[in-house]
Amino acid sequence: MKKNSAFARWFYGEKDTLLDRVEMKPQPEYQRKESDYQKLLEKRRQLFAQIYDEPNRKLKAFGLMYRIAAIIFCLMLIFIMLMTVSWLPENGNPDNPVNNEVSARYIENGLQETGAVNIVTGMILDYRAFDTFGESNVLFIATVTVLILLRLDPEKKAKIKKKIPLYQKPLDEMTVEEAEAHDRVYEPKNDLILQKVAGFLVPIIIIFGIYVILNGHISPGGGFSGGAIIGAGLILYLNAFGFEKTERFFTEKTYKWTCFGALSFYCIAKSYSFYTGANHLESGIPLGTPGAILSSGLILPLNICVGLVVACTMYAFYVLFRKGGF
Amino acid sequence: MNFVQNFPFFSIVLSMFSGTISSVLPEKAAKILNTVLISLVGLMSGILLVYLMETGEPYVYWMGHFPAPWGNEIRAGVLEAGMALFFCIIMLLSIMGGRKKLFGEVEYSKHNLYYILVNLLLSSLLALVYTNDLFTAYVFVEINTISACGLIMIRQNGRTIEAAVRYMIMSLLGSGLFLISLCMIYDLTGHLLMSNIKESVAVLAAQGEYRVPLMVTIGLMCAGLAIKSALFPFHSWLPDAYGYSTVSSAAILSSLVSKGYIFLLIKIIYRVIGFDIVMQSRIIDILFIFGLMGMVFGSLSAIRESDIRRMIAFSSVAQIGYIYMGFGLGTEAGMTASVFHILSHAATKSLLFIAAIGLTDVSGGSRQFFDLTGAGYRNKMAGVAFTVGSLSMVGVPMFSGFVSKLLFAEAAIGHTYKMLPAVMVLALSTILNAIYFMKTVLRIYVPEHKADYEVITAKDEKEYAVTVACFILLNIALGMFSQPVQSWIHAGLAMFG
Repeated sequence: MKKNSAFARWFYGEKDTLLDRVEMKPQPEYQRKESDYQKLLEKRRQLFAQIYDEPNRKLKAFGLMYRIAAIIFCLMLIFIMLMTVSWLPENGNPDNPVNNEVSARYIENGLQETGAVNIVTGMILDYRAFDTFGESNVLFIATVTVLILLRLDPEKKAKIKKKIPLYQKPLDEMTVEEAEAHDRVYEPKNDLILQKVAGFLVPIIIIFGIYVILNGHISPGGGFSGGAIIGAGLILYLNAFGFEKTERFFTEKTYKWTCFGALSFYCIAKSYSFYTGANHLESGIPLGTPGAILSSGLILPLNICVGLVVACTMYAFYVLFRKGGF
Repeated sequence: MNFVQNFPFFSIVLSMFSGTISSVLPEKAAKILNTVLISLVGLMSGILLVYLMETGEPYVYWMGHFPAPWGNEIRAGVLEAGMALFFCIIMLLSIMGGRKKLFGEVEYSKHNLYYILVNLLLSSLLALVYTNDLFTAYVFVEINTISACGLIMIRQNGRTIEAAVRYMIMSLLGSGLFLISLCMIYDLTGHLLMSNIKESVAVLAAQGEYRVPLMVTIGLMCAGLAIKSALFPFHSWLPDAYGYSTVSSAAILSSLVSKGYIFLLIKIIYRVIGFDIVMQSRIIDILFIFGLMGMVFGSLSAIRESDIRRMIAFSSVAQIGYIYMGFGLGTEAGMTASVFHILSHAATKSLLFIAAIGLTDVSGGSRQFFDLTGAGYRNKMAGVAFTVGSLSMVGVPMFSGFVSKLLFAEAAIGHTYKMLPAVMVLALSTILNAIYFMKTVLRIYVPEHKADYEVITAKDEKEYAVTVACFILLNIALGMFSQPVQSWIHAGLAMFG
């Protein structure tokens, strides 16, 4: 492209090709007048005053109408839904469409095909394992979003620490903001009763959680419920003894690698199983004797993985909401 | 089984797995992994598309050792494979175009979280495209919703947090309605697998049983997915979510997330309820009316808006209206036009968002209309890109928007009573589009010589230039060579049946 050609000059904004050929006025350069700007600001100020400061009758009327309309809409929706429910198949009737070959096979052949005494576990971790994989990823991504929202970056944390040195002021002289920051950085409260009770309860809770996970394929329970129990135990421990104690065994690194390990194992193990299943190959994973702890193929390790992810998620949620980091 | 047939499964699992891996990777490695992943998935989808075009037969793929109604299953046809390919292209380009901005707007330590979200979003989109099971669809709708929330609020300021909360409430309402309808259809048919539900629903409809619950179910499904894809009266979350989030997020949200839900709705119409039964129900007329209203009111809101990003966001409301209008016509041709518009809108809207960010960057970061004066000269790539995007949205021949408008008009003509409103609103909406887009294009090409604005050329931002060029080429390709695309859509919809 030549530097002085008509096209180049148009391209660089120096020449208006329509000028002198078409009868037209070039658009004037836009200049914002100071008075216009002031007027705009004034208008905006008035608008804000109207909305937020002065009692605004129109807005109030609109709000009232809005609420009434919302209530009417909700009532209508409720009415429609209730009416629909009355038209649905009667609950508990053996001829219902739900009682078809799908559930029949789960009930009749579930034990032989998955090796799990607990049909529900067999269903979610073997028949429909893909959905459960998605579900554990839902938990994972939920923690990721909470991390985005609440995690304080190291600079901010240092700032808070700098602002309020340790035990500089007695607690009741602090402002709310300071107290919150204090609370975030410095734990624990040293409640003797809580500590004694937690010292007794936490091991039991965690052992019970482990039991529920490990017996997920034999008795009611499984990864989701067991993981929630372990998570609750960890939170109780944290509340009683504070971050200094929990940080010895559970930091952000622990969380990261546990979640990574569990989800990766789930992904790789199940991918293998999906791949062999879809290509009609033998998976070669023994099902074992139903009822034994080491049975039902992949279900036990998968239950452990799900349990780890759930426990870590619960604990991570609590910690992030508490002080914005591990 | 042919090895190529494993590709849908590979693409879903790989993108989920790379989401997990990204959580332990440093930021830079996560970025590379993300780029490699999207390219790889795109490549696999392309190969699958070619393979399916040759065989001409859709196939189902077991996810596990058990056949379909018991185990999970995915299904691939030409439309699915092509959509996956297209989604990958748009996602890759959107991320490339917004990468520089990401560094300015998101804390560096949170970049790998961003790539986790993107990877999982891709997996959920792929799963929505390929799934043959309604409950699997619901699980991935959840992943899609949460990751979209994260994408909005990863740029942390008051507006994005508010937008994310709004999006979450509306989107969860949509998910809830979808879940209720899912439960009801399970109660009525006893199946979650799409093909089985379709058989049962056909029997129910023929016998005239459960007429009311079936109608409510269809209505709730449509309403839930319409809320999630921002059909007109449910669009209140949209302008803030698209207007204030970081630019890659805005491009991905507008061109992929809402389209994923629309594609799911198409699947439901064809493969779950059955085209004829949906068309006989009057619900499709409601979608038609909402679509028409969206076309007008979305454009009117965009005209009133002086913030360029929000203006583009409001334009999305109008374009989603077009898509639902195509559904509402209730014919094969209308559906084809809608699917084509999904492609054309995705290609154009992400281009517009990327171009707008280039323009605002050379205008001192301001997004106000008058501050953009002369921005087209200061960043020529962005100026050209914005012009191309605008022309395409308005529907000028040569660009993709023209073809979709032509298809809509053709589909409407001959329809007994929907022809007149459809064609009239189409014309009106085109004029309204032209008003706000051309107004902006003229404004960015009004010469203004101010010394204190920086000038950006293609040499300064190579990645941006490449992205914009790819987008423009994609747009022109869709506009100029639309015949193969149309025949591909026809073949795909035929395979749905």
